[in-house]
Amino acid sequence: MRTKKIKGLKFGLLSPKEIRKMSAAKVITADTYGEDGFPIEMGLVNQRLGVIDPGLRCKTCGGRMGECPGHFGHIELAAPVMHIGYVKLIYRILNATCRKCGRVLLDEGERKQFLEEIERYRERQEDIGTVVKLIFNEAAKKEVCMYCGEYFSIAAEGLEEDMSTGAVSNKLKKRLEEAGFSISKKALLKKDMDNKCLFSWRDALDNDGEQLRKFLMDDFGITWAKNATITKIQKERRISVSDGKKSVEITITAKKDRITIELGDEVSYELPVKKALGKLNIYNYKWEIEDGEKVYILKRVAEMLNIYCGERVRRIKYEKPTTYKEIDEEGNERRLMPTDVRERLERIPDEDTAYLGMDSKSARPEWMVLTVLPVPPVTARPSITLESGQRSEDDLTHKLVDIIRINQRFMENRDAGAPQLIIEDLWELLQYHVSTYFDNDVAGVPPARHRSGRPLKTMAQRLKGKEGRFRGSLSGKRVNFSARTVISPDPDIDIGEVGVPEDIAKELTITVNVTERNRKLLSDAVQRGKNHPGANYVRRADGKKVKVTDINYETLAEELDVGWKVERHLVDGDLVLFNRQPSLHRLSIMAHYVRVMPGKTFRLNPSVCPPYNADYDGDEMNMHVLQTEEARAEAKILMAVQRNIISPRFGRPIIGGLHDYITGIFLLTQGVKNFEKEAVLDILDNVDVDDLGEPAGTYTSSVYEEIPYWTNKQIFSLILPKDLDLQFRATVCEKCIEKGLTCEKEKCPHEAYVLIKGGKLISGVIDEAAVGSFKGRIIDRIFRHYGEVPAKEFIRDVSRLAINYILQSGFSFGISDEDIPKEGKEQIREEAVREAEKNVDLLIRAYEAEELEALPGRTVEESLELLIMQNLGRARDEAGHIAEKYLGIENPGVLMAKSGARGSMLNLTQMAACVGQQSVRGERIRRGYQQRTLPHFRPGDRSADARGFVRASFKDGLSPTEYFFHAVGGREALVDTAVRTSQSGYFQRRLINALQDLEVKYDGTVRETRDTVVQFKYGEDGVDPSKTEGGKVVDIDEIIREEIEESA
Amino acid sequence: MKRGKVSILEHELVPAHEIIADEELNVLLNKYKIKKEQLPKIKSSDPVSKEIKAEEGDVVKIRRSSRTAGSVLSYRLVVK
Repeated sequence: MRTKKIKGLKFGLLSPKEIRKMSAAKVITADTYGEDGFPIEMGLVNQRLGVIDPGLRCKTCGGRMGECPGHFGHIELAAPVMHIGYVKLIYRILNATCRKCGRVLLDEGERKQFLEEIERYRERQEDIGTVVKLIFNEAAKKEVCMYCGEYFSIAAEGLEEDMSTGAVSNKLKKRLEEAGFSISKKALLKKDMDNKCLFSWRDALDNDGEQLRKFLMDDFGITWAKNATITKIQKERRISVSDGKKSVEITITAKKDRITIELGDEVSYELPVKKALGKLNIYNYKWEIEDGEKVYILKRVAEMLNIYCGERVRRIKYEKPTTYKEIDEEGNERRLMPTDVRERLERIPDEDTAYLGMDSKSARPEWMVLTVLPVPPVTARPSITLESGQRSEDDLTHKLVDIIRINQRFMENRDAGAPQLIIEDLWELLQYHVSTYFDNDVAGVPPARHRSGRPLKTMAQRLKGKEGRFRGSLSGKRVNFSARTVISPDPDIDIGEVGVPEDIAKELTITVNVTERNRKLLSDAVQRGKNHPGANYVRRADGKKVKVTDINYETLAEELDVGWKVERHLVDGDLVLFNRQPSLHRLSIMAHYVRVMPGKTFRLNPSVCPPYNADYDGDEMNMHVLQTEEARAEAKILMAVQRNIISPRFGRPIIGGLHDYITGIFLLTQGVKNFEKEAVLDILDNVDVDDLGEPAGTYTSSVYEEIPYWTNKQIFSLILPKDLDLQFRATVCEKCIEKGLTCEKEKCPHEAYVLIKGGKLISGVIDEAAVGSFKGRIIDRIFRHYGEVPAKEFIRDVSRLAINYILQSGFSFGISDEDIPKEGKEQIREEAVREAEKNVDLLIRAYEAEELEALPGRTVEESLELLIMQNLGRARDEAGHIAEKYLGIENPGVLMAKSGARGSMLNLTQMAACVGQQSVRGERIRRGYQQRTLPHFRPGDRSADARGFVRASFKDGLSPTEYFFHAVGGREALVDTAVRTSQSGYFQRRLINALQDLEVKYDGTVRETRDTVVQFKYGEDGVDPSKTEGGKVVDIDEIIREEIEESA
Repeated sequence: MKRGKVSILEHELVPAHEIIADEELNVLLNKYKIKKEQLPKIKSSDPVSKEIKAEEGDVVKIRRSSRTAGSVLSYRLVVK
């Protein structure tokens, strides 16, 4: 196939001429089908616009249904109407152009400046929209058109006194007449503050006096100021400026509304002043002479008076949805009909459209006001035949019927000379129909409805939103060769496998080319037909596709030959993609090997749940069958589960043991346990070990037999690579070093120091830190040093080992496991809870006696709350510590929490000792009644139990008030998670949209599609986190240790 | 800087900016095999550009501290 490169895309507007040219038929009849059941000539389902009925031929191209793509028609509108999609733009254009000459209201200087700016943006391939926006703003500020009027300037000298409001003085009049203008006696002079700030004192000193220099040069004609610097600043208003040779002292004195600027001793200059917030801003005045129709605008620029004279710009008001009004000098409003608007847009010269961000060749402004309406081909709005034989038209056809009907009525009324009022009503109605035809969801326009009351789905609705053409049909499509069902666990399949129900395996197929080598195999599959490892279709050498049925399967199996293709069922070992939404990271889609199984659910090894973030409470997942060799190769190399054991996010294994596996392996490796051969073999059931190694020792049995035994650590060591060296601290580590104590390493009472030497577990217990997902130091090491297959096998073996052992030893956890002996309960109540409550009471009393001192930066009340929170928080921790003393590591709850299998010590504390303070927004609970949370308490009660402290444990049971407070706190957590998930989902979407085209190139730079550099080195350090241990580039401690060992 | 004003360059959150010479620029462009226009941009109206008097067409070298790599060099083309 020859590929062509798209050089560019150009968007424009359809001109009336183009619409007529591409039209295959003019539509004038609002009807669709005649009584004979055939489409009406000149109607909306015109046979020249394409065919949707089988058997008919298109009158334009002669094609049958399916061959003819459809052809556009057109409707001649009786009067122009606004295009609803462009009303905002039209409004802005009207405000930025002259009502008389149609030119964009920018003077020559501004034109040049903006044109350059646009060119610069084009060069940089940036959106010129920002410049166009500026142009619209600038042009809309203008009050007089500089093109259909005149512009001149006279010397301003000596006119100051004459410039006060009132009649035009003789002196000014004379000056103007000298310049060639006659001013009548009625003319009035008005004074106005120009909104342009001429000079701001603050700004003047900024930028090393840049503004000041400009001010001095432009407004005072001091040319040497170009190289001058500020040499001295005295107080606020005296500054000295010098260029080394000449210098001048500027003194500024403000008086009422005037300001005098003295330059040295000679020049003094007076300007009006606007004082705001201590800033000294000098504004220029602007004058207006109104002389009947004519208007003169006078602006002083330094010593000159610039005068504009000409058409005064009238403001345009836009009223939703499609009305424009023009406001004249007296404030009267006049409606601009679409014809008026179109005329004005027509007047805009071609060369001016560039400033509006348009290209007159492909988009003239007046084309935004419609005179001709294109009628889309019938193939784009097919009607459907109901069971009753009745035809049901598409929403677009309905809308077009409305338009034509009103259009006809409009014409008839106008031709009959109907009163203006009726004409305007009909015009409005036509506008409504055309507006809703384009977009049925515009603010201020009631949506057009179907007879049933359902809003019609018109043009914009077809494109917009999640189910629209873009997001629904183009970016996202439904795919073949995919399946979806509920997932359930199966610890006996490999982590790289997925259990596929037979029903699904029979539906999904892989197309295989028949060759000499596989002919027998495929022939057998065809022979089996729809029985499982069979085939659904064959494609003969001539390309004809035949379904394998009960009747033809034997002949097909026999005829099957090289060059044919067979669509065979999914079988064990096929590679598929497996996915769970939301697909937040690349591990949400991984390649699995199929294992066809009975049942109706996808089966998944529980160890692969973390990357998918899946559980088995009803989650569904999708499967996609790869169809080409290329796809299979790519998936196998890049997407296989074993490839993705290490997360690219944090550089640690994301796949590993969880829950029971960790409990099991913890129980097995904890302490010293000896096993006789039979027990060892039981534990090693199904584990890939074929040599037990030397026993650790022998027992002497009662009959004086020497019975060999193996230690628990030996058993675990069997699944480790033979030369693995590793040391780290387990999850059970009490962090002695952080507490300032010394680590006892191998002699740790908790067995937290894991030491593996030469593939032998010397000391320590295996828990989450060693084999858990997200941590898994051993998995990490094996993956990096021995590869992905050994890592996968290790995860498998460790799981089996753990399960075999926990199956044998047994493990349970129940309510009675949270029992604390009586003295323990007493101790919690006395030492922790009551103590804290006493402290709280003392604090409250101190507060009420106004003896409490405020903490820095807080009010007394805040300090009280903070101290109470601290005390009560400490109470719960205290209670937890006491409970911990009574519940040792032999307690299953504690065991799970400490080994990292499930739950935390906090969970146990809350169950066994004390639930603790409930909070809303990080504060104690305050809401409810005035001054109190519940009617059970006195108003103003600040005590612990009145503000949501739950002293009971879950095991004890909560009192009614405690239960209520707990519900209040729980509600907040619920709301928070609901809000957070939706927000973070949207953030993710935006982030992906912004970053999706960035690419890390081979030179290590990150670039976007234009090849512009974004980062000179990926992540600034060029490091791929998935190739690091825990995101660190080098593990210096590890390297030092290795070095020491080598030299020793 | 007058009137006790502090240069923004001295602020701890503003990384060090420096206009680079043509020789250094050529080395840079050759290293990445890019044209000047392919560099990230900085406006000449940017407070830092004004402060170091960088003009359109200059290339600014920025040394900023990085969480991942300690200190990192970046380059920006000054545009209007």
